[in-house]
Amino acid sequence: MKPIDRIFIPGAALLLACLPGLALAEDSLSSGDTAWMLTSTALVLFMTIPGLSLFYAGMVRAKNALSVMMQCFAITCLVTLLWTIYLYSMAFGDDVGGLVGNLGKAFLAGVGVDTLSGSIPESVFSMFQLTFAIITPALIVGAFAERMKFSAMLLFMALWVTLVYAPVAHWVWGGGWLSEKGVLDFAGGTVVHINAGVAGLVAALVMGKRRGFPQQPMKPNNMVLTMVGAGMLWVGWFGFNAGSELAADGTAGMAMAVTQIATATAALTWMFLEWIKHGKPSALGMASGAVAGLVAITPASGFVGPVGALAIGFAAGLICYLMVVKVKGALGYDDSLDAFGVHGVGGFVGAILTGVFADAGFGGAGLEDGVTIAGQVVTQFIGAGATIVYCGVVSFIILKLIDAIIGLRVSDEEEEMGLDLVLHDEQGYNLR
Amino acid sequence: MQLITAIIKPFKLDDVREALSKVGVSGLTVTEVKGFGRQKGHTELYRGAEYSVDFLPKIRIETAVSKEIAERVVEAIVQAAGTGKVGDGKIFVQNLEEVVRIRTGETGVNAI
Repeated sequence: MKPIDRIFIPGAALLLACLPGLALAEDSLSSGDTAWMLTSTALVLFMTIPGLSLFYAGMVRAKNALSVMMQCFAITCLVTLLWTIYLYSMAFGDDVGGLVGNLGKAFLAGVGVDTLSGSIPESVFSMFQLTFAIITPALIVGAFAERMKFSAMLLFMALWVTLVYAPVAHWVWGGGWLSEKGVLDFAGGTVVHINAGVAGLVAALVMGKRRGFPQQPMKPNNMVLTMVGAGMLWVGWFGFNAGSELAADGTAGMAMAVTQIATATAALTWMFLEWIKHGKPSALGMASGAVAGLVAITPASGFVGPVGALAIGFAAGLICYLMVVKVKGALGYDDSLDAFGVHGVGGFVGAILTGVFADAGFGGAGLEDGVTIAGQVVTQFIGAGATIVYCGVVSFIILKLIDAIIGLRVSDEEEEMGLDLVLHDEQGYNLR
Repeated sequence: MQLITAIIKPFKLDDVREALSKVGVSGLTVTEVKGFGRQKGHTELYRGAEYSVDFLPKIRIETAVSKEIAERVVEAIVQAAGTGKVGDGKIFVQNLEEVVRIRTGETGVNAI
């Protein structure tokens, strides 16, 4: 297939596959594609439980380690339920006005054993997309860690995936208006990372800083767990990016390759920056750089080549480092685990650079006929901008609403005692 | 009887234990503690947030000894635990009023 067609596969093929009764060139089952997508689904779920859970758990204080894991696990379960009932339909059902899908696929109606979506069973496609709908809210946990009520968190996540995630996923992947505009987002730079990052920032600002921040030391309680989690995220991300091709083919292969290249580049960039600036390289810095690279390459993964990956990795490592280490401190807000600094900013950097490095001149898959790099970059800005504004506004409204009804934060005393004990009557660590 | 408490650098524990058995000390209690004297702490850096850590990990050894060997015990600890650098630690010697062996009920020097 020509390079042009590769760009529209995520958006167009999904849209067409959702329309009943149309005979397509690719509507017979490919066992190779299906095997890979079954695997990818498992890999992406693995990114949340336990990849992200461990990554985050190690970074908070010991008294809150279990609460973070509980939040990620609970989100996994909650979103799965909502996805089955109506979210899948809202994201990938028949388009309504370019903004959202209808409820034709509620309760996975029409998704039978033999129902196909492209060359894979629709059940697999639905579950694969579910894992993305799970990790996006789980990422937001990083912004409000150590101070949010569990009940408020559940309510927020239920409303957020309904009012923000599903529509935005529809805009970009479900045949909505952003895919119509030609926005390139292969695996979720906007849908997942900008979304999570912006929601995280809004949550951090609305809920306020942790008690004692920034004077009181709040060191990671278990960097070993964080490094384990970072490794799991990296490996799982192959399912995230290469799996977004929805097939086992050359594009998936290249997506895996550029993911690896960008991540390593970003990790080394952050590590060397720290080494130069502070005199010693740190594990957290290197792992953070790796995650920034993974985030930034996400929207670009099906469209860029190795050289583009090097550039995107370097840019992500540099810009996210500056954001987290310099800008965040200067601005003074408490985005506890850098959901915005790494995912929001990294996602934005990746989304814009996708427009540049997708060009065949840089070894990319090539832009559509008649589209210049400048033109595509503008389109990318539109996609990112729309997501930022919509997510920011709606997240703010949801948070304020919940705060008014049940309150978002635990009390000062509860925060001091630790969420594990106070919210769950448990201790993450019972070591002595 | 005397209770000898020594705060030492953790890596010196094996040397001190060996030296103590050589002078006839038959039992001791070891705890992991944190503290500082003239030795400075260190800084840790996590994503741009710098934390200065004043407390240093140390080992506390406590042993009950008879008055006769107390001076030799102190000397043995000083020799074994010293490195010549700041942070080597301190030894506290206190008078011990009573010692009881729980299993047999023996008291005094017989219980040491």
